[in-house]
Amino acid sequence: MLKMTHLSKVYRTHMIETHALRSFDIHVREGEFVAVTGPSGSGKTTFLNIAGLLEDFSDGDYLLDGVSVKGLDDNARSRLRNEKIGFIFQGFNLIPDLNLFDNVDVPLRYRRMGSAERKERIEHALGRVGLSSRMKHYPSELSGGQQQRVAIARALAGSPRLLLADEPTGNLDSLMARGVMELLEEIHAQGTTIVMVTHDPELAARAQRNVHIIDGQVTDLDDAPRLGGEVHAAAHSATVAAG
Amino acid sequence: MFTYYLRLAMISLKRNRILTALMVAAIALGIGMSMTSMTVLHMMGSNPMSYKDEQVRRVQLDNWDVNEPWDEDYPTEPPDLMTYQDANNLVNAHKAEHEAAFFPNVLPLEPEKREIKPYMVEALFTTAGFFPIFEPPFRYGSGWSPAQDRSAARVAVIDAETNDKLFGGENSVGRKVRLGGEDFTVVGVLEKWRPTPRVYHVSNGAFNDPQSVFVPFSFGIEKKMNSNSNNSCYKDSEPGYDGLLASDCIWIDMWVQVKDEADAQRYLSFLNDYVGEQKKSGRFPRPVNNRVYTVSEFLQAQRVVGRDVRTQVWLAFAFFAVCLINTVGLLLAKFMGKAPEIGLRRAVGASKPAVFAQYLTESGLVGIAGGLLGLVLTGLGLLALRKLYAGTSIERLAELDWVMVGLSLLIALIASLIAGLYPTWRACQVQPATQLKTQ
Repeated sequence: MLKMTHLSKVYRTHMIETHALRSFDIHVREGEFVAVTGPSGSGKTTFLNIAGLLEDFSDGDYLLDGVSVKGLDDNARSRLRNEKIGFIFQGFNLIPDLNLFDNVDVPLRYRRMGSAERKERIEHALGRVGLSSRMKHYPSELSGGQQQRVAIARALAGSPRLLLADEPTGNLDSLMARGVMELLEEIHAQGTTIVMVTHDPELAARAQRNVHIIDGQVTDLDDAPRLGGEVHAAAHSATVAAG
Repeated sequence: MFTYYLRLAMISLKRNRILTALMVAAIALGIGMSMTSMTVLHMMGSNPMSYKDEQVRRVQLDNWDVNEPWDEDYPTEPPDLMTYQDANNLVNAHKAEHEAAFFPNVLPLEPEKREIKPYMVEALFTTAGFFPIFEPPFRYGSGWSPAQDRSAARVAVIDAETNDKLFGGENSVGRKVRLGGEDFTVVGVLEKWRPTPRVYHVSNGAFNDPQSVFVPFSFGIEKKMNSNSNNSCYKDSEPGYDGLLASDCIWIDMWVQVKDEADAQRYLSFLNDYVGEQKKSGRFPRPVNNRVYTVSEFLQAQRVVGRDVRTQVWLAFAFFAVCLINTVGLLLAKFMGKAPEIGLRRAVGASKPAVFAQYLTESGLVGIAGGLLGLVLTGLGLLALRKLYAGTSIERLAELDWVMVGLSLLIALIASLIAGLYPTWRACQVQPATQLKTQ
């Protein structure tokens, strides 16, 4: 589903060159639930941004669903993002001026679907996250957990193959975080590939596989897929070998 | 997608009402200022005879001093008026479809009704060709015939206002009106007619009202009348009225109606031949320089729209540009404030052109709102002009027509789209990764 080979990302200013990712290798298979962990500044978010085609990389190769994204223009990258990827952010990123229905509608609008199909998808997605009765509410009228559920509904509405989650429970209390995590596990159980960046070892343990990043490199990787939803006591396994 | 963008623009504009009001007000002020002066320019520069511009021709002969041109600033231009003898000769030659030779003056009018005191009316002493050439609309009757012209018949065409005053607006054709101490038979009553500018006689006020009464040219000559407008001579003439008629003094407006451009050129050849003949008798000392201007050429040559009016319009548009620059700043602030939303939209699949279209739609909507408010301000500006210049020709020019309404909205829309280009481009440059991270 997602394969990065010898990928590097360098941020350059006049004075400084910062290597955010270096010789970065990872292979996420279709249907996997992978947790990406690592200390602050290790390159987790850069990896996620590149995986979500929100940023370009400096060198190496990246295959998304078998398609090399290197050299794709803005339109092609936008189309890939829209059709194949769903995003869940720590800050929810809902548009405050739009009600829940319209928030979930945003990615569908750029897919040029008919209104009947969009309506059906939005209602179904909000139903999946348990918010179908609040479609006309605005984000400010919801709790943090509910807002994150709307963000998940927005990510799901387009039926993405890959769900990228950046600290999805980072702004939630433990009860709400648990609810969101259960929802992600349920989505994964239905076949969606999920890559989740998290600081929380407990959450990471619930993923099938953990990838640990330090200084822009994969340093620690459990390559053997676990059963979805199984909780593990240890956040990371010991071995190596990226990809 | 356009309706979606329109809906998003409405939501966005409603969200920050003060910023929206400022942007709309900036465009509205610019539109109001520029369209007020544009309207005056538009009215001044219009051509009420445009529908027969090719047929109606101003006849000008260069019968002036050999040593000095008629107009020092424009030395190639022949005089705009004509001598009596030339006008008379050209009318009698009848080489065009219609000829109109005329001059303005005033006549005392004595109403039949005792309760209305005698008063002076503006009169045009003209040949019969005036009516088919300029086609003033008749409520009753018509103009007079060339035969009545030749016999100096006491016939008159009166305007609607005079007819209302003297005859209560009834059909007065056949009734008598006493002008200059003589009874005239009314042969025609005009509808309200205000050609703007008054193309047939632009000297002494191109934007004044037409005369109230029209009587035969030959009557004016019989009564030894001359023009109360312009009379110019480059050399002394013999004393008395006969001396004026035989002189090279110019005081008569001359127009003809021809079939088409080819016919106009034939008429010009005739004029050149005529001047050639006149030269043999010692007249027309200058090189042959005759004109058969179309109405639009004539208005341009007469510089009916003054330079100061054009300067005023440029100044108003400069003010509009300042308003637009302010709008650019406000739009930039607004769009940059939406960076997180733009980042999110980009992340979920909006391409740069899609973001561009969305925010340009919002700019356009601001422009339409500004244009509509600008029209109200234009209306108020013109109202103020009418009050300020009440009773003058400017009062008549300060009227908004549908062309200007449409133009105002179009200019507002285009200007706002231009103003929105840079802020929209900046919005497209938003890096989604940065925005989503900083949320």
